[in-house]
Amino acid sequence: MKKKLLLLGDEAIAMAALNSGISGVYAYPGTPSTEITEFIQGSKTAKENGVHSKWCTNEKTAMEAALGVSYVGRRAMVCMKHVGMNVAADAFVNSGITGANGGVVVVAADDPSMHSSQNEQDSRFYGKFAFIPVFEPSSQQEAYDMTRYAFEFSEKMGTPVLLRITTRMAHSRAVVEVDDSYGKKADLHFPANPMNWVLLPANSKRRYAEVLELNKKLADISDNSDYNRYIDGPDRSMGIIACGIAYNYLMENMKHGCNYPVLKISQYPFPKAMISRMASECDSILVLEEGQPLLEEYLRGILDNGIKIYGRLSGEVPRTGELNADNIKPAIGLGEVPSSVIPDVVVNRPPALCQGCGHRDVYASLNEALKEYPDHKVFSDIGCYTLGALPPFRAIDSTVDMGASITMAKGASDAGFFPAVAVIGDSTFTHSGITGLLDAANSNANITVVISDNLTTGMTGGQDSAGTGKLERICEAVGVEKEHIRVVVPLAKNMDEIKKVIKEELDYKGVSVIIPRRECIQTFSRKARQKKAQQE
Amino acid sequence: MKKDIILAGVGGQGILSIATIIGEAAMNCGLNIKQAEVHGMSQRGGDVQSNLRISSAPILSDLIPLRGADIIISLEPMESLRYLPFLAENGWVVTNSEPFINIPNYPETDAVMAELKKVKNLVVLDVDKIAKECGNPRAANMVLLGAATPYLGMDMARIEEGIESIFARKGHEVVESNVKALRAGRAVAESK
Repeated sequence: MKKKLLLLGDEAIAMAALNSGISGVYAYPGTPSTEITEFIQGSKTAKENGVHSKWCTNEKTAMEAALGVSYVGRRAMVCMKHVGMNVAADAFVNSGITGANGGVVVVAADDPSMHSSQNEQDSRFYGKFAFIPVFEPSSQQEAYDMTRYAFEFSEKMGTPVLLRITTRMAHSRAVVEVDDSYGKKADLHFPANPMNWVLLPANSKRRYAEVLELNKKLADISDNSDYNRYIDGPDRSMGIIACGIAYNYLMENMKHGCNYPVLKISQYPFPKAMISRMASECDSILVLEEGQPLLEEYLRGILDNGIKIYGRLSGEVPRTGELNADNIKPAIGLGEVPSSVIPDVVVNRPPALCQGCGHRDVYASLNEALKEYPDHKVFSDIGCYTLGALPPFRAIDSTVDMGASITMAKGASDAGFFPAVAVIGDSTFTHSGITGLLDAANSNANITVVISDNLTTGMTGGQDSAGTGKLERICEAVGVEKEHIRVVVPLAKNMDEIKKVIKEELDYKGVSVIIPRRECIQTFSRKARQKKAQQE
Repeated sequence: MKKDIILAGVGGQGILSIATIIGEAAMNCGLNIKQAEVHGMSQRGGDVQSNLRISSAPILSDLIPLRGADIIISLEPMESLRYLPFLAENGWVVTNSEPFINIPNYPETDAVMAELKKVKNLVVLDVDKIAKECGNPRAANMVLLGAATPYLGMDMARIEEGIESIFARKGHEVVESNVKALRAGRAVAESK
């Protein structure tokens, strides 16, 4: 039975994973990937079939758990935002060598234009790097179909598959035709050659050679994939290669068909024969790809002495940011980008910490307490509290990657700087801050760490936080002195007390942890609304 | 049939409920839909928008091109102006008149209104006031949607069915009061 549903790209992928009979989804929340896992968490059928969907502590633990599922013969999906790939990279890259037993599909949701991210790295590079095939759907329907295909493909070829999507695919709804029947989990069964999973040098060398051979086969398959299409056109002065969602922006401008030959690519490794055909039949090639110029760089090479190539590197397409139907117009000969000047009266409206948010009280008291030290530095982290960088607080000096607050403060202190303060959220602390705190405790670094605990993963919409109820014990266990683990309640009425605690801990020559703890105002109001609705 | 709609507002105002109802109605009409939303950091009190495209032909881009929008529907007057470069020459702006001021440098209301008045096809209404008059202060979004219905290219009945299916589980009264707010909004647009 088929049915039609209005689904986000993320939801279409989740639905396909359920229909493929996954044993579990493994993920840490991250925009724009969060809704995949949330969809499965909310699915009645997933619950009935015991599909694992609890959030993981970080992307690395998620990837590794999925490999465990695969080892025993069942299917698993791993979801993360693009920068999560950096955290999962050790497991991901080595999974290219172990290969897969049960199907493993890794979803990386890239965020070109950095709507909610600190960079616009392109996850396709990871696929290339790890010799793992990459699928890049161009529509929500394709996202569903390709996810189904990816599980089959992963098992058939014995490799994980990377499904690369971008913000506009993840967070855009369309009508998707899906199966009505849910998949059944496979029986437990172990890898045909268990030594493939023991990556000692002798095994790894053998596997590396096998993986390189497999990669050639994968490239041949790409050339014959239904998801890669060569659409010939009469005007061969230029051929256009459009990867993933970029195909939509091209065709939006070519409603009555494209005069140029078009190669739509959604399955990697690159379809070499199709690309060679375009190079031999056309005078030049335009590359439209969302994210970074991966294919363009390959085609061009260092010598750049072949066929004329247009794209992000040559300047015909914007070097950075998302593509859209407008900004590719000059490259396809449709004139200039239309004007996008907005009236002068319109001012920016940046995001801000919510009214009533505990992070506000944390920054207000921290700013006060640090007034005595005009040269202080506050190293912060990734989360809602990153907004403390903006007015009115302007309270933080750095935000780099998950967990960097504690370790950067430690480094600054090691180098002789005082006072070095770290501000990190509870979920980010368990994601990647604990090991840094252990480093700091082991070298008795003179730092003050503020773990602003709102009992949730706030920025992504209020998911469970792995360390809730355990933070003091974790800090004590890694070696922070018990009397220098201080818990306060971030409310305006407690301002004097919090200031006093901060000052005392700044004065202490060693690692102190201050935990301001108050529930996120968003989750608090949501629960209050749910309670009220239940009573009605 | 093709309607490209930009929904605008401030994070937390609830523009997505409008999108959901139009989407539901469009699906019941057998039309194609694409609706790009904004999640994540931008939802925290910043400007938010959603691109909603409905069409009898297949839709390619998830985003509406510049000068391509048939309607801008906005819960906030300054936010409606932010998307003017996307408005088609004969497109409509349907906006709430009441500013949402959460920034220190919000412009003078008169300046915002003066800029709005330059728009050729314009409906401005105080959606909160009308919703209160209808007896459902929480239905301001429905008033705004109602004011946009004459330009959506779909029967009013389909939109009302959309409301019914979205609010059905909350009971008949909730459906009725939202439909009432919808009709009140439409009446304002029709009196222009």
